[in-house]
Amino acid sequence: MSTETHTHAEGAKHHGGPLIYTANLFALMFLTVVTVAAASFNFGSANVVIALAIASVKAILVGLFFMHLLWDKPVNAIILIAGFLFLGIFLMFDFLDVTSRNNYLPRNMPNMENATPAPDSMNPLKTPAPRPLDPAPAKAEEHK
Amino acid sequence: MSTTLPDIHSHGGHDEHGEHNPYHQHHFATMEQQFDTSKLGMWLFLVTEILLFGGLFVGFGLMQHRYPQQFIEAHEHLKQNIFGRPFPLYGTINTLVLLISSWTMVMGVNAAQTDQKKKTVRYLVLTILLACVFLGIKYVEYSHKFHDGLLPGIFYAHQSEDLIKGTHGYATFFAFYFMMTGLHGIHVLVGIGLLSWLVMRARRGDFSSAYYTPVDLVGLYWHIVDMIWIYLFPLYYLIS
Repeated sequence: MSTETHTHAEGAKHHGGPLIYTANLFALMFLTVVTVAAASFNFGSANVVIALAIASVKAILVGLFFMHLLWDKPVNAIILIAGFLFLGIFLMFDFLDVTSRNNYLPRNMPNMENATPAPDSMNPLKTPAPRPLDPAPAKAEEHK
Repeated sequence: MSTTLPDIHSHGGHDEHGEHNPYHQHHFATMEQQFDTSKLGMWLFLVTEILLFGGLFVGFGLMQHRYPQQFIEAHEHLKQNIFGRPFPLYGTINTLVLLISSWTMVMGVNAAQTDQKKKTVRYLVLTILLACVFLGIKYVEYSHKFHDGLLPGIFYAHQSEDLIKGTHGYATFFAFYFMMTGLHGIHVLVGIGLLSWLVMRARRGDFSSAYYTPVDLVGLYWHIVDMIWIYLFPLYYLIS
């Protein structure tokens, strides 16, 4: 068994190397410049998508080369991808909620006029949340 | 973090070949299995880190959806005037500093893997220095915000629409800004601590091509801190 303890050094560990790491660093710095430059143009709502896409490419480069995932046992990459997958589910369901929050009534309801609309107090767009520092309305004073 | 050498002679289960790595613990069949196990545990921890920051990212996204205009106006405060044009100077420099520190880190890991003790120490010290540069720039940024009253939540005191009209967009933006960059900064501080510990051990000659697990795992931690910043930077400094 002890002969195996020395295979660690000679085993499949020394992929990568300074050349690849340095090339990866320059690619990452280049992408940083690209993302800063892209932000100065107005692509409308595509700006966020572009910024996040470039960030994801950078994250993948860091993962593959700096974190050795390209040469590693696949189990580590699977763990990372599973983490991002669950983050995606979290994000997706939150935005499903946000984008549908004010539709209290089905859009295809035949007679919308007769339906009771939700009160304004339930609508966060019409009733802003109170500011923590706002002084409480001085109701007690009015009664005197 | 057990830095004490395991007593190799008292453990059973190994034949007496003499040549035995002092860091090889008896419950692992091989050094490689021991390394892979440690690495797997580190990756599980890193996923919890991603989910920790993930919750904050989702919260930031929700609030940006709620206060789109105020978030864009508030993020202009993260920019500096460069030749008369607003440019996220500190943020961009910090991104580059952190990327370079990731490179010095991976070069340190590579040096440890290839038995280059002096190089390992040198690259680890460089990584610590770059981390300090990152925190130094962060300090300059924070002190500007403190001075302007651009503070989180109820401490917000900057003259703007927020105070005039009673909206919360600015205060919310800076609450998320300070919580997320602050939590990231704490991770950088922890990283400096871990790197200092590695420098101490590397100087003592603990690491070799047969055993470099701590260097590799701290490297993974350092890269995930970098990866989180890669997402923080465009979301805070470049939104439009």
